[in-house]
Amino acid sequence: MSSDVEKTQKTVSNRTMDIVVALIFMALAVVVMADSWRVGARWAADGPQAGYFPFYIGLIMFIASVGTMVQNLITKTPDLTNFVDREPFMQVLKVLVPTIVYAVLITLIGIYVASVIFIAFFMWWLGKYKLPIILPVAIGVPLALFVMFEVWFLVPLPKGPLETAFGY
Amino acid sequence: MEALTSLIGGFSVLADPMNIVYMFVGIALGVLIGVLPGLGGANGVAILLPLTFSMSPVSAIIMLSSIYWGALFGGAITSILFNIPGEPWSVATTFDGHPMAQKGKAGEALTGAFTGSFIGAFFAVLLITFLAPVIAKFALQFGPAEFFAVYLLTFCSFVGMGRESPFKVLAAMTLGFALAAVGIDTVTGQLRMTFGSVELLRGFDFLVAVIGLFGVGEILLTMEEGLAFKGKSAKINPKVVFQTWARLPAYWAGMLRSAIVGCWMGITPGGATPASFMSYGLAKKFSKNGKNFGKGELEGVVMPEVAAHAAGTSALLPMLTLGIPGSPTAAVLLGGLLIWGLQPGPLLFVEQKDFVWGLIASIYLGNIAGLIVVLTTVPLFAAILRIPFSVIAPIILVICAVGAYTVHNAGLDIAVMLVFGVVGYVFKKLDYPLAPLVLALVLGDMAESSFRQAMLVSQGHLSIFWSNPLVGSIVTLALVMLFWPAISAIKARMTKGTRHAAAE
Repeated sequence: MSSDVEKTQKTVSNRTMDIVVALIFMALAVVVMADSWRVGARWAADGPQAGYFPFYIGLIMFIASVGTMVQNLITKTPDLTNFVDREPFMQVLKVLVPTIVYAVLITLIGIYVASVIFIAFFMWWLGKYKLPIILPVAIGVPLALFVMFEVWFLVPLPKGPLETAFGY
Repeated sequence: MEALTSLIGGFSVLADPMNIVYMFVGIALGVLIGVLPGLGGANGVAILLPLTFSMSPVSAIIMLSSIYWGALFGGAITSILFNIPGEPWSVATTFDGHPMAQKGKAGEALTGAFTGSFIGAFFAVLLITFLAPVIAKFALQFGPAEFFAVYLLTFCSFVGMGRESPFKVLAAMTLGFALAAVGIDTVTGQLRMTFGSVELLRGFDFLVAVIGLFGVGEILLTMEEGLAFKGKSAKINPKVVFQTWARLPAYWAGMLRSAIVGCWMGITPGGATPASFMSYGLAKKFSKNGKNFGKGELEGVVMPEVAAHAAGTSALLPMLTLGIPGSPTAAVLLGGLLIWGLQPGPLLFVEQKDFVWGLIASIYLGNIAGLIVVLTTVPLFAAILRIPFSVIAPIILVICAVGAYTVHNAGLDIAVMLVFGVVGYVFKKLDYPLAPLVLALVLGDMAESSFRQAMLVSQGHLSIFWSNPLVGSIVTLALVMLFWPAISAIKARMTKGTRHAAAE
């Protein structure tokens, strides 16, 4: 069972993740309850106050998460299998990190140019494609979106300096 | 036969050729969405919703609901040819569908699945046609207490009927309610949970959440599994289609059973996914060929598809009549109604006859059109699946980002979408259900205001929820649902002494 391959793949167990997520839920529930209490979670002369309903929502969330956590702590058969193996996790990051960069790029240079860069980078980095295949896809898709949104349906998308230069 | 005359009126709405065009566009897009990983009925409709703001509501709902039908059909293609369920409700279709494809009977499996889908949907739409006006008329007498009771039943059903841990269902659901409460309180105008941030004033839009949870989350999951699409080729010719159709009438009893299971699960928010599994299990138990299930039995392909499509279609019944969607995709359609300025609920049947009956008529036509489209274009869609993931994934992510942005023309929503994507990924891995979260996010405001109105009427006494037999029985049923996991655990423990059955 404890071969080298499995050791290097080890990250965190499902049980640990379950407890961590339950703790996050509990923290969130406390925030919800505290803020609801601030705006008033009781009965006013004219009916329930604004925090009345969310306060109890927070309370249920808290109790449910305590339930999940206790279940994971007292169980005789804890789920100690890996939450995610190291290598697949790297794969996930390889998508997530460029996408975060893409989201930042959109606010800087507009969605169309950012999409060209994002698709091209993705195809080059993960797909190992050559330029003659990358370019038509990377330029074609944003162009199609442009025609569909700006021209056809008249829905504006975020634009940057390049589009301004073309008069949009 | 008031329903029939209304239905004929609905078909006359469809006589506008543009609506027929929208229907076919919707179905083609829907099949595409159903086939692609990361795009499904719920987020596909969510992404395209902003494009319909300038259309008339009737055209818009026809196009969007056609996308939904298309996505229901499309899920079967990937399940059978690639052993990859394009949608959660087509997981059960892979059990027998893919073995059939491996034996070279892909054409039969696909025909069986599509026809099964069609039959399920047809059964459900018949039910909608005749039941919806009755329920709507009945629901016109509902007060806030009754409405809150129905909301309560909806959410408690998730706890009682879900596969997941009841604690996790509750946590996911309350997260949805809490997110729905962020922003300006509609009654008092007070700010709730904004923490001084201007961006949070708008609150969380469920469309952005849906695109993140189902779209980005799904892409991350697919990436982790490192999918390489290796599929069987699809050959469908008229001969295979007619041969398969000739075999179907023998399954009428099973199909009826699956359709009933599907409709029940669709109206109560069990949804299409459990319906398909349940129907597969029942078919395996009752069929003469039960032991061949899993090895490529046509019956095992047809039954889950009948149930999934019946559930997917009948999910519109509570949405139209009570304003309570039975599935995440129906929830997105309901969000669409609100954006187009229509108030979902029983009054829709009185005030917006054209809209309601146009929609119902389009379900009939849409499913016939869908069946024709998928039977004729399967090879085309199967070819799309052969495009490598490293090309498809960035395109889908770009489309998701565009979709999230267009909801409110807000750049921050793209970041919110990414956060929901990560949340969706972690939730999927830890078995937190996404459907209750989405439904709570959509219905949060309405559930809360009906609760507050009911409380106002009774001056804060919970006894209003047992003030008449109707509301009392709904609330009691809801509480039974809520505590069902606990009840069944106790029952299992009591019988454990006598029998050696393991408690779940």
